[in-house]
Amino acid sequence: MVRSNRSAVSLPAPLKGASLIRSLKQSHVEVVVALPDIVTCDAILWPITRDADFTLVPVCKEDEGVSICAALSYCNRRAVLLMQHTGFLDSINAIRSIAMEYQMPIVMIVGLQGMEPDRAPLDSDRLGIRILQPICSAMGLSCKVLTADSHAALVSESIDWAYENSQPTALLIATTPE
Amino acid sequence: MMKRDQVLEILAEHIPETVVVPVFQSAFDWMKIRPHPLNYLCLGAMGQASSHALGLALGMPQERIVVLDGDGSLLMNLGSLVTIGSLKPRNLVHFVSHNGIYEVNGRYPIPGGRAIHFDRIAKEAGYAYTCSFSELEVFRREIKNILSVPGPVFVSLHVEAGKEYPKDYVVIHSAESRDTFRTAIRRRMSGS
Repeated sequence: MVRSNRSAVSLPAPLKGASLIRSLKQSHVEVVVALPDIVTCDAILWPITRDADFTLVPVCKEDEGVSICAALSYCNRRAVLLMQHTGFLDSINAIRSIAMEYQMPIVMIVGLQGMEPDRAPLDSDRLGIRILQPICSAMGLSCKVLTADSHAALVSESIDWAYENSQPTALLIATTPE
Repeated sequence: MMKRDQVLEILAEHIPETVVVPVFQSAFDWMKIRPHPLNYLCLGAMGQASSHALGLALGMPQERIVVLDGDGSLLMNLGSLVTIGSLKPRNLVHFVSHNGIYEVNGRYPIPGGRAIHFDRIAKEAGYAYTCSFSELEVFRREIKNILSVPGPVFVSLHVEAGKEYPKDYVVIHSAESRDTFRTAIRRRMSGS
């Protein structure tokens, strides 16, 4: 009799929205600027909407958020911009000028809508996902891919790094958080 | 038709110490009319003035924030009117210089030219108070009242170019301008 050894493989615990939100609080994020995306809406955006610890700023277009986060940083207020990868692509000029050339601490949490499970973004069949990291690399934009719950710690590390060094960073959410 | 620099000179008399976010041609005029460390000059991308101003208004609710927008710029970020109209920051005053052209981009007409009613769009988007001016003396008479009403306030200024001011693109993108503003705003916030 052949027995499956599938149970012997231990997969990392998937990213949890609660862990990510805890990291935002740990890094003293007060303001969340957001457009909804299917990857992060249920586990991150809706809980933040109901959380009195955050001021939510819903915007009509993602490049508004780049500017709002930049202006808030002058006021010593920490913010993150939550959006879908298509919004990131749509905002490249604002990211290029305000985040990169001006060296502002713009923290972008980007849901990869349509990302295939068990693949890396660079291997995605979807052009819009496959080109994200090369675009970040071309601009010199710090970028991390989050899939597992252990990656939630990278969120607070990245936010603290961004604000302490006045540099932007992008956190790519490659799996739908629980 | 009002000359833009004449309008800005009147405005400057009423807001000598206010945080101001001026865009492109208005910025070139404003830097000469009211040079000040609390001029927020580095906007990065065309259309973003109103969003930067909203960020400042949210970050410093105790401070009045004035944005001097352009018509072509605002058309690139019309959604920001709805964002601002929804959040309703009471401390935001949004002026747009409506001259019907991309003045620093070859003086080419904007879509809609002078026929657009930006103040009506802003009103429908949720601004608390909106108005428009095309006569300098009326603006001079009303500006004090306008600056006293709770925002967000939107003021459409029907203008044409006035005196020629230097187009100093280096200053409006410089690290020095950002550092100057950062230092000034933190001093203002600390009350020192």
